[in-house]
Amino acid sequence: MHRYRFVFYRPLQLLPVLFGISIITFVLVRSIPGDPARILLGTRATPAALERIREQFGLNDPLWMQYLYFLKNLFNGEMGRSILYKVDVIGLIFERLEPTVVLVFGSVLVALLITIPLATIAARNRGGFLDQAVRVISTGGLGMPAFWLGIMLIILFSVRLDLFPVSGYGQTFLEKLHHMVLPCVTIALSLSAVLTRSLRASLLAEMQSDAAMAARARGLPENVVFRRHVLPNSLIPTLNLLAVNIGWLISGTVVVESVFAIPGMGQLLIRAIFTRDYMVVQGVAMLFAVASVLVNFLADIMTVTLDPRVKL
Amino acid sequence: MPARRRGLRRLTGHVPQPLMIGAGILIFFIVLAVGAPVIAPYDPIYQDISARLAPPSLVHPFGTDNFGRDILSRVIWSTRIDLQIAFLGVIFPFIIGTAAGTIAGYFGGLTDTLFMRLIDIVLAFPFLVLMLAIIAILGPGLASFYIAMALVGWVSYARLVRAQILVLKQSDFAMAAKSLGFSHWRIMFRHLLPNALIGSIVFAMSDAVLVLLNGAAISYLGLGVQPPTAEWGIMVAEGQAFISIAWWIATFPGLAIVLLAFGFSLLADGLGEKLGVRP
Repeated sequence: MHRYRFVFYRPLQLLPVLFGISIITFVLVRSIPGDPARILLGTRATPAALERIREQFGLNDPLWMQYLYFLKNLFNGEMGRSILYKVDVIGLIFERLEPTVVLVFGSVLVALLITIPLATIAARNRGGFLDQAVRVISTGGLGMPAFWLGIMLIILFSVRLDLFPVSGYGQTFLEKLHHMVLPCVTIALSLSAVLTRSLRASLLAEMQSDAAMAARARGLPENVVFRRHVLPNSLIPTLNLLAVNIGWLISGTVVVESVFAIPGMGQLLIRAIFTRDYMVVQGVAMLFAVASVLVNFLADIMTVTLDPRVKL
Repeated sequence: MPARRRGLRRLTGHVPQPLMIGAGILIFFIVLAVGAPVIAPYDPIYQDISARLAPPSLVHPFGTDNFGRDILSRVIWSTRIDLQIAFLGVIFPFIIGTAAGTIAGYFGGLTDTLFMRLIDIVLAFPFLVLMLAIIAILGPGLASFYIAMALVGWVSYARLVRAQILVLKQSDFAMAAKSLGFSHWRIMFRHLLPNALIGSIVFAMSDAVLVLLNGAAISYLGLGVQPPTAEWGIMVAEGQAFISIAWWIATFPGLAIVLLAFGFSLLADGLGEKLGVRP
C-alpha cells in the first residue's frame, strides 16, 4: 500500500493549482470592459437599480473580498446565472455534459483501435516500407485541422454514401450512437497520429527488453511474446500520453462539436462567447480545467496500478 | 571553441531528407505569399456573378464559391495571413517563454517556484479553452488571437529553457562569467540563453503546426480573421454551408493547411535529427 500513499497527499499538492484556476477565471471575467451591473440589467436601467445590483452582488467591495465571495459561491456549487438562458450556469453545464463526455470517451476508444494495429505494423517492420508509410501517415495526420477533417468525413460518408447523419445528436441511445460515429472518428484520427508515434517507440524499446528476451528464451513464439509481454508494457506510456493530452482532446471536442452541431459543452462555450454570456464562459472554462487536472491524477493512479515498478 | 560557433557548424554538412522537403514546402508557401498578386489568376474578392459555385475546371482549377470568387486565388492570397499566423503566433510565446524560463532557471528559489506554479496553472486549462476565454474578453479578431496566443503559449518554451538553464548555470563558463563580475543580465542573456536555445527552436517548428491549426480553427469558429478577408479557416467555414452541392469550396483551403503543417512537421523532425534534439 506504500506505493499508493500519493493518492492521499497529491490532492493537497493540487490545491494551489485549483486555487490558481479559480483566480485566473475570476480575473478573466473581471477584466471584461464595462460595468457588470449594466451588462446584467441592460442599457436602459435606472441609476438606482444599478446601485442596488452593485450592492447585491458586492461589486462595491474591494476586489479581494469579491474573490472570497466568488470562492464561497463556488463551494456552494453556484457559478452565477446565464444572462442568455436565465438559468444557473451549473445546471446548464450538466445538461450539456453527456454529449461531450461521450465524445471524449468514444474518440479515445476509436483512437486506440486505430493506433494499436498501426503502431504494431510499424514496429514489427522497423525501417521497412510499412514503417515509412505509417510515419508519413501519422506526420500528415498531425497537421490535419479537425474542423476540416470532420467536413471531409461528412462529404464522404453523409452526403455521398448517406451512411451517417450530417449533424445533431438525436434522442434515443441508438440515434445518439449513430450521430457520434463521425465526430468520434474525426477526433480519433488526429489523436491517433500523436499516439502512434509514441506507441511505436515504446514497442521498439520493449521488444529489446529483458522480459521479452526471457520469454523468447523460454521458446514462446514471437506472436505470443508480442501479445503477452511487449504490447501490455508499451501501452502504459501511451495511456499516460493520452492523459497528458486531455487538454488537447477537450480543445478538439470544442471544435468538433461546432462542426457537427452537437449540443455539448464546447458548443455552449462558443455560443456564450458570441453572446457575451461571461458567467457561462467562466463556468465552462473552470470545469474543463478541473476535469483535466482530475484526469491526470487518475492517470497517475492507473499507472501505479498497472505497473508495479513505478513509484510516485 | 565557443558553443555558439559549434552550433553553427552543426548546421552545415549533411542535410537530412525531411529537413530538405520541409524547407522546400515552406519556401513554396513563402513564394506564394510574396508573389500572390502576380501568381493568383483572379482578384480574391472579385465576385463573378455568372460563375457562381462553378466546379473545378481549366478556367477555375479549384472552382468558385457562392459569390463566384475564384477558390485558387483565395487560397493563394490566404497564404499571407496563415503564414503570418504561424510566424507571429510562435514568435511572441517564444520571446516571452524563453525570457521567463531563463529568469526562473537562473535565479531559482522563490522566483522559480512562482513561475513554475503559474505554468502548472496555465497548463491545467485546455489550451483552446483558455485562448477562447481570453478572446471572449478581448473581442474577436486577429490581434486578440496573438495576445491570447502569447498569454497561453509561452509556458512550453519557459519549461524547456528553464530545464536547460538549470544545467548550464552549473557549467564552467557560467562560473567564469560570474567570477569576472559580469552582471546577472549579461550572464543570463549573453552566455546562458544562446546555449539553451536550440531545443526551443526545434520545438518552435512543431509548435508552428499547432499554432497554424489553432489560428485556422479560431477563424473557422468566427473569432479570428473576419470576412471577406481570404483565410483558409474562414474559407472552410464558408464552404461548410455548400458541402452537398459544392465540395470544392471547403476541400482545397483545408488541403493547403495540411500541406503547410506537413512542411513544418518535417522541418521540426529534420532539424531535430540534424541537431540531435528530440522535439
